Amino acid sequence: MQKNPDPIGLAELPNGMLARVVSVLPSNAAVPAEIARRLAELGFLPGELVRIVGRGLLSREPIAVRVGTGTFALRLFEANCIRVRPETTHSP
Amino acid sequence: MDGSSRSLASPLIALVGNPNCGKTALFNLLTGSRQKVANYAGVTVERKEGSLLTPSGRRVRILDLPGAYSLDPLTPDEQVTADVLLGRRAGETQPDFVVCVTDATNLRQNLRLVLSLKRLGLPMVVALNMSDIARRKGLTIDAERLAKELAVPVVETVGVKAGGVSKLVGILDAIAPAAPPPQRVWQTPTGADIEYDHDEVRRILGAVGGDRTDGTTRSDRIDAVVLHPIVGPLILAVVLFLVFQAVFAWAQWPMDAIKAGVDALGAWLGAFMPDSLLKGLLIDGVLAGVGSVLVFLPQIVILFFFILILEDSGYLPRAAFLLDRVMGSVGLSGRAFIPLLSSFACAIPGIMATRTIQNPRDRLATIMIAPLMTCSARLPVFALIISAFIPQRRLWAGFQLQGLVLFALYIIGVLSAMAVAFVLKRRGVGARFQSLMLELPAYHWPNLRGLLIGLWQRVEIFLTRVGTIILALMVILWALSSFPAPPPGATGPAIQYSIAGHLGAALAVLFAPIGFNWQISIALVPGLAAREVAVGALGTVYALSATGEHVSDALMPLIAHSWSLPTALSLLAWYVFAPQCLSTLATVKRETNSWRYPLIMAAYMFALAYGASFVTYRIALLF
Repeated sequence: MQKNPDPIGLAELPNGMLARVVSVLPSNAAVPAEIARRLAELGFLPGELVRIVGRGLLSREPIAVRVGTGTFALRLFEANCIRVRPETTHSP
Repeated sequence: MDGSSRSLASPLIALVGNPNCGKTALFNLLTGSRQKVANYAGVTVERKEGSLLTPSGRRVRILDLPGAYSLDPLTPDEQVTADVLLGRRAGETQPDFVVCVTDATNLRQNLRLVLSLKRLGLPMVVALNMSDIARRKGLTIDAERLAKELAVPVVETVGVKAGGVSKLVGILDAIAPAAPPPQRVWQTPTGADIEYDHDEVRRILGAVGGDRTDGTTRSDRIDAVVLHPIVGPLILAVVLFLVFQAVFAWAQWPMDAIKAGVDALGAWLGAFMPDSLLKGLLIDGVLAGVGSVLVFLPQIVILFFFILILEDSGYLPRAAFLLDRVMGSVGLSGRAFIPLLSSFACAIPGIMATRTIQNPRDRLATIMIAPLMTCSARLPVFALIISAFIPQRRLWAGFQLQGLVLFALYIIGVLSAMAVAFVLKRRGVGARFQSLMLELPAYHWPNLRGLLIGLWQRVEIFLTRVGTIILALMVILWALSSFPAPPPGATGPAIQYSIAGHLGAALAVLFAPIGFNWQISIALVPGLAAREVAVGALGTVYALSATGEHVSDALMPLIAHSWSLPTALSLLAWYVFAPQCLSTLATVKRETNSWRYPLIMAAYMFALAYGASFVTYRIALLF
């Protein structure tokens, strides 16, 4: 087992790489708390596996993220509420 | 709500569920075509109610609540759902019974809402929908065990198959008279509550065998192509081109057929009836009015055929996802693209298509700029003026000057739309963090029943709510152009002596600074009916004997001699912006449920048109 990499914002995760959610909190003071709560309600919760499956046209956002059995499109500020740790082992 | 207002003879059942759980298909199957589509009071959220006759002969009312992820609303849709369930929405009865619809293939996300509803304490049943797809995927969910874990009844349903709701109907048939419901209080969950519920969902799923985050699904494989950075946009371009082509070209022959049919009927009636006021009203008022309503149907049906299929299959959210940033740069949602594209054919189906935009502010912005897309009705006007005034000169690289002018008019329309959208966005309050959180649901084959019901609803809404306004306006316009009749011995065209003629003469004063003569000013009044009507109206004003398509040919040399080039350019600029189409305004009235927005639209477009024509005329005069 390699040592755990540091958590990063979900938006920084390369496409296709599996990562595990570490925390879901407003990324800065201007982001309303409802956003983080809704992300949690959609299943973005600590311990869940996520993977980026696509990005919008000609840009870094929005990001299509796979979590559990669902796929959601998120804007950068939403994705950055989610801190993840890339999985170093192979996907299950 | 108190107990006395509840009628157990026809209890009110609410369908609740996450978006994309197949709730609407289930609703369609339960209620068939016995549906009423309206809006919730004061908002543009669609309200769908239907009824079902149970085997025991009981009439049950079914309300299809908007999809919601949670009882803590983030969108107007979710607000309505939460308010109705909590009995705090004015004008709505609190439901007697709740059917919580879940997607059996996505229980991990769907069960959270079930737990919330359970906490609310309304009598309920859980519908394990899409159970056929779950089984095909190898997911076996122990419904009995699930019912025991949740302590509420659970039934399997298949929303897309006849008979797929028989068990559910059985339960609805046997709803026992309930005690008057206690006051429902909802408390927003904390982060810990959400995690607790999540663990609870996983525990239950572990017990019933539904917890499986399957690695790569069929949808994932499709997404690998559809969301691919290079292939994805290509597919999107093909889809958009196909939709545009269909609305623009395929709708042409049924539209021509409707026009020809109405004309033939008018001619037939005209041959039978003696000349009278009634004949004028019937043929030029009512019949022409009906024709001008029906003529929109082909485009509406074709556009919604594509939109419903794209939505139902799961592609539309992906298209919105891909276009989100591109459209977002001018402050619009990715979903605004198809309505705006369709508006190049006609703003009316385009405005109706904005229903697919959930965010009300985005939707309103899209509605407001849709008429700036150069619709096909402007083409006859543009064609007439361009061919009369712009020389047929070949420029470099094979470009025609006439074609270039036409292209420029389209571009001016698009650029102004972007500018208006940008201004609207600036005026929006607190829009710094516009949430997206758009679910990209699993792909599936569109359902024919849903498609037909959806198409019929659009047609019905257009005919009954928009068509009646358009028809009334057309009859009023006819009356304005016909009364009073010209005095005996009058030499000018009849319209000159009518109210429209006098209006036009008064308008001529207003329009003189932008170079319009009195003939143009008068033609603009009946031209409010639809933009292309202006060509015919000009023919009437210039007292041409030609009719139909020949008007344009006869008019061309006439106006080429009597109008100056600045006047012609000014009229072109006018038609890029002017809200010269009452049908569009009637549609906006219907879609926004108020007169406020059509009035704002008319005002801002008139202002833009007048300003653009003024500038064009004044600059052109300098040369």
